[in-house]
Amino acid sequence: METIPIWSDTFTSWLTSFGLPEGIALVVAYVVGGLILLNFGMLSVLLLIWITRKVISRIQDRIGPNRVGPYGLFQTVADAAKLLSKEDITPVEADKIAYNLSPMFSVFGVLMLMAVLPLAPGLIGVDLNVGVLYVVALGSIAVMAALMAGWGSNNKYALLAGFRVVAQLLSYEIPMVLSILTVVLLTNTMSFGRIVQFQSLHVFGFNLGLGWIGFLMPGALLIFFVSSLAESEQTPFDLLEAESELIAGFHIEYSGMKFAMFFLAQFLNSWILSAIAASLFLGGWQGPFVDQVPILGLGYFLLKTYGFYVFQQWIKGTFPRIRIDQMMYFAWKVLVPLTVGLIVIQAIVLKLPVGLLIQYLLVFLSNIVLIGIVVNVLNGYFQREQMRTRRSFEPQSLIGTMQPAGSREVGEAL
Amino acid sequence: MPIELPIPTVAQFVFIVIALFTAGAGLLVVISPNLFHNALALVGTLFGVAGLYILLQAEFLAVSQVLVYVGAIATLITFAIMLTRGMMHGRTSPMNRQFGRSALFAILFFLGLLGFVRSIPWPEAALPVTADEGMIARLGELFVGPYVVAFEVLGLLLLVALVGAVMLARDN
Repeated sequence: METIPIWSDTFTSWLTSFGLPEGIALVVAYVVGGLILLNFGMLSVLLLIWITRKVISRIQDRIGPNRVGPYGLFQTVADAAKLLSKEDITPVEADKIAYNLSPMFSVFGVLMLMAVLPLAPGLIGVDLNVGVLYVVALGSIAVMAALMAGWGSNNKYALLAGFRVVAQLLSYEIPMVLSILTVVLLTNTMSFGRIVQFQSLHVFGFNLGLGWIGFLMPGALLIFFVSSLAESEQTPFDLLEAESELIAGFHIEYSGMKFAMFFLAQFLNSWILSAIAASLFLGGWQGPFVDQVPILGLGYFLLKTYGFYVFQQWIKGTFPRIRIDQMMYFAWKVLVPLTVGLIVIQAIVLKLPVGLLIQYLLVFLSNIVLIGIVVNVLNGYFQREQMRTRRSFEPQSLIGTMQPAGSREVGEAL
Repeated sequence: MPIELPIPTVAQFVFIVIALFTAGAGLLVVISPNLFHNALALVGTLFGVAGLYILLQAEFLAVSQVLVYVGAIATLITFAIMLTRGMMHGRTSPMNRQFGRSALFAILFFLGLLGFVRSIPWPEAALPVTADEGMIARLGELFVGPYVVAFEVLGLLLLVALVGAVMLARDN
């Protein structure tokens, strides 16, 4: 695998050509790169919120924001200005330190993920050799932030929601990590740059850029996508802010810009998880002609990422929210055992003394079987659930029903 | 005779900052009167240690440190504190009757460690560290090679803990 020159080296050598010492040039390069990435992250949230509103309003047969700016693009700017002018309330009984640190932590934990996203060939903040693990480790900051918010607000609904967040994030982190592990097993690397490079497809020496892992392992992609929905607290896993049970979730006591920071972190998190899914499974910046015109890679990457993001919003506009027991059931009894099984199968298959194509075929087949099992389990579950709901609405005694005893079968038949 | 303070290099400066942060957070773990703040300070300490690992170019260790200690253990500790009755407003005193004795033993332990560290002839020029993929692969090979027994025993220990937790938690 050839090494692509990374942006920081190019930038540093350009700076040193002006006579800067190398150490300072490196620092300047990283500071500039970091600022660009962070600002890109913060500003893209404005666009993300607009996309969400537009997609969901189209699903609901509405027009959506269309007053501020062309196509209502600046609606989010107006909203942000409104949030800035709102009163910043701190509850009297709140734990001041935890209450104020928590919004910062939640944004910081998400923004730090930007560092390892492979945006284009050679354009990656830092190509850590433990990049995948870094992503997983930073997820724990979000957990701490939610706990601090729930506790610091000194509100029982916030605390309950904080517990829910921790339960959900920790439960879905496991299938997510395991599904990433299948990719790592296949590519033998944990660096995002090399995982994306792995997904090239050379036909007669020409890089088509379509050797996506998602084609080979649709099951792992499915599991990663479902867990990333849960990790970014998107529907159908948005029971953390179920209005009817917990009001606004762990950030109920926050107002103004502090609330906006949680909001920002959530939107950015779903975008970054989409970007990670695109890099791991859909080839990141890989695509036709990317070897000839490297900047096309950025376009491919953004296209795939926003595609995933819009797909998430589509799900948001379509599915109802699930219950907490269903969420736990699905994580621990469906996703985790199946992913562990997938890893075991894959570890064996990739060591079989047969050709690479046959190995890949076997991996693909095991993934198809996995998807089949998930669909089957869910189907059975929903049928049982439907039966249970129907029974609970059935008259249990004859008092007040004004029906003779024989007519119960009629109720069954309905 | 003027005392000449050595000017620290960049790496030393970063080390001093991280070490001060780690030690300060560690001190807060002990002296902060609120148990929840103790747990938060513990998270800070663990992050500081992860920073030290990064400084030593042991990125894998640093990331694992954050993953395991911040992600799992600190969360567990915080949960335990939150679920303990009467901690919401409780101010626990960091001092008790054994304050003096434990301080004495801590200082003795520190002095012992200091003597130990200073008495060992550390290699002056360490091997050049190459933080590449090969190191993680080597680590993995060591886990399933020479140290496979220790690795498996650790796995078994975790399994026992898991089963024990289920046994404690379930209804009769």
